[in-house]
Amino acid sequence: MSEFLRSWLTLVLFGGLAVVLVGTFLGLGSLIRPRKATPEKIINYESGVDPQGDMWSQSNIRYYVFALMFVLFDVEAVFIFPWAARLEIYGVFGLVEMAIFIFILALGLFYAWRKGLLRWV
Amino acid sequence: MSVVLADLAYWQETTIRLVVGLIAVLLPAGTLVYLFLFKMMSFMQSRLGPMEAGPYGSLQLLAEVGKFLQKEDIVPQAADRLIFKLAPFVVLISTFLLILVIPAGPDLWFIDVDTGIFLGLAVSSISVIGILMAGWASSSKYSLLGALRATGQLIAYELPMVLAVVGVIIQAGTLNVQEIVMAQATGEIFGFGGIGNPYVITQFVGFLIFLIAVQAELTQPPFDMPVAESELVTGYLTEYSGLRFLMFFIGEFATAAIFSALAATLFLGGWYVPGLEATDNLFNVIGPIILLGKMLLVAFFIFWFRFTYPRFREDQLQQLAWKVLIPLSLVNIVITGVLKVVF
Repeated sequence: MSEFLRSWLTLVLFGGLAVVLVGTFLGLGSLIRPRKATPEKIINYESGVDPQGDMWSQSNIRYYVFALMFVLFDVEAVFIFPWAARLEIYGVFGLVEMAIFIFILALGLFYAWRKGLLRWV
Repeated sequence: MSVVLADLAYWQETTIRLVVGLIAVLLPAGTLVYLFLFKMMSFMQSRLGPMEAGPYGSLQLLAEVGKFLQKEDIVPQAADRLIFKLAPFVVLISTFLLILVIPAGPDLWFIDVDTGIFLGLAVSSISVIGILMAGWASSSKYSLLGALRATGQLIAYELPMVLAVVGVIIQAGTLNVQEIVMAQATGEIFGFGGIGNPYVITQFVGFLIFLIAVQAELTQPPFDMPVAESELVTGYLTEYSGLRFLMFFIGEFATAAIFSALAATLFLGGWYVPGLEATDNLFNVIGPIILLGKMLLVAFFIFWFRFTYPRFREDQLQQLAWKVLIPLSLVNIVITGVLKVVF
């Protein structure tokens, strides 16, 4: 296997290490800890009173708008990374190119700003 | 290839890496909890903190783990059991993948790939999924609100963090973390190369944005809306008890340690100190200690802010990210790019 693929195998193994660590802790705990689940104990916590209504309730639409904006900006950020690593070679051409790109990006942010999407009410 | 590990087979090397990785996640996390959360916080509040277990309470953490092991594991009846149990795994996987990208010496690294820092930033956001899983599966109003707040906050502050790193990449001209450290060690500030070029000097704005974003990514005060005790109990952790709670706790502080190490690597020169050749074999011995020292320095600031400032409101928090930090980091990228091309 090439050096490159081995690096990624190490990555997979580290993910496995996390699973093993958590599994070991929880497995060890399950040998020691008590199990006395009374009906009252396994009700959802709602400050002591009985829970009311649906738990998976609807929530503020703001979060959805922010998530959309995040997807937009995160994808843009992916394009900036390779450019940043090679800027020395691109020189002035790369600089102008990215200035236009960031200008359009900033325009999107400015549009959302003026539309009042960034305001939290 | 490594001097120490040169004649080992891949599986032997990897076994060593896995053991070191386990230590590198747990030990700094424990150090931060004891040194800062227990002791520094206590001293700042004119109390002593834990004193009973071991000298100056230094074995308190072991006592805590022993206590958590005996705690009953409560899964709420209404919860989505599978997702509820998977969530801590996802959070810890994110932490363990994040440590991979940090080198501790010229030959001491977990993986040495050319996409290094990009990989680190990518895997650091996996924890958002774990938090959302935890909050959603708990089937509790507090948990759901906490998880949504956490998600909104983490994705908002991931952008300034990612964009702040771009400034460093422009200066170093590479995504490989090891080469970023080398570029700082051998760099010059306008022709003066006496101390190399730690990017905290030339990328000071980027460093500040990165620190603020890291603070928010860790959901530490003043950015602790997702776990705001006075309104949401503990946010997405409300229904978690015993060991599963401990897993999230370990994840949080291990990530705090790793983000501090990442900030130290990107901005403070990593395992390098001025005065020696960057390729000196001595760094394979003292590198980890230097990195630990720099990590503790960054973590000190993070925890100092944590204990000092009151909590932001949700709208202030989102506005700081979208209206201040993101435009600022975009400007930072442009200015850094112009300076890089001109000089």
